[in-house]
Amino acid sequence: MLTTVVERLKIQFSNSILEIREFRDETTIHIKKEDIVRVCAFLRDDESCLFNYCSDICGADAYSPENRFEVIYNLYSLSYKHRIRLKVFIDESDLHCPSVISVWPGANWPERETYDMLGIIFDGHNDLRRMYMPEEFEYFPLRKDFPMMGVPDSIPLPRK
Amino acid sequence: MGLEHALGDTALTTTIDSAINWCRKNSLWPMPLGISCCGIEMMAFAMPRFDVARFGAEVFRFSPRQADLLIVAGTTTYKMATVVRKIYDQMPDPKWVIAMGACTSSGGMYRTYSVVQGIDQFLPVDVYVAGCPPRPDNLLHALLMIQEKIQRGESKSTPMTVAAERQEQQLLQIQGINNN
Ligand code: SF4
Repeated sequence: MLTTVVERLKIQFSNSILEIREFRDETTIHIKKEDIVRVCAFLRDDESCLFNYCSDICGADAYSPENRFEVIYNLYSLSYKHRIRLKVFIDESDLHCPSVISVWPGANWPERETYDMLGIIFDGHNDLRRMYMPEEFEYFPLRKDFPMMGVPDSIPLPRK
Repeated sequence: MGLEHALGDTALTTTIDSAINWCRKNSLWPMPLGISCCGIEMMAFAMPRFDVARFGAEVFRFSPRQADLLIVAGTTTYKMATVVRKIYDQMPDPKWVIAMGACTSSGGMYRTYSVVQGIDQFLPVDVYVAGCPPRPDNLLHALLMIQEKIQRGESKSTPMTVAAERQEQQLLQIQGINNN
């Protein structure tokens, strides 16, 4: 269904695409980290793509020695009503990822959430603060090596 | 009409404490803290079907300074704990606390890093209500238990009946004398 979109991407960014996967009519494209902003801007503006709505950005921790983290972009087109998913690998040695708030200003909070939960640092983000956890919290709870009950005394309780 | 009619020209004898406590227990002003799903059942408890007005606690105050019963209804996260405590601290004495629902009492099904495993870790709680969510009648029962406690002059937060205050002062005096 997304053949035109995929074809256009292949022509424009043949060097940036690592993998294209199709599963249950959902298209997922792995993109090189440094090209994500350009790809996103293209997907938003191109006449046959028009992904004008960034419905969610989240992260995942595979806990693997290489390419441990993923940032996942779920995009939707309000004009054509089609969806696509982009993925970017983040290695543990370099937790930086380019921010896409210049493409969709609404990506601000989802990126903050991903930073809060997994510790991925979005370069170019204008307000990269904690979202759910207290400001002074030092850990990243959705990482696989974070204990489920938390680190004792890492969040202070009020005095009784 | 009413009481005078039934009693006629008689006199009642009682202690100041039980008279005051009787007034207190029948005019509780709750501070609702519906911080997640339990809050919905707490609202039902105030609505006509369950009708907390029958027990004189229908004046829900959204200012802690005008309330004397704190109903914590919902999952309390570590981040929210500070807020709950702040609201509790702003309430005038004497005050009472109901921990409504499994989450508030013990963390409930949220056995995770973000949820306080029972608000009694940072607040004195008078009555715990079991259930996920508890039915509004459970909360009514908790209110009745609070009323019994008030009549007995008990509060986990402050022992502030007249008699208890006097007793405390006397104790202090005795201790002072002994220390001298
Ligand atoms: S006890 Fe159940 S209903 Fe109440 S706040 Fe917790 S999860 Fe929600």
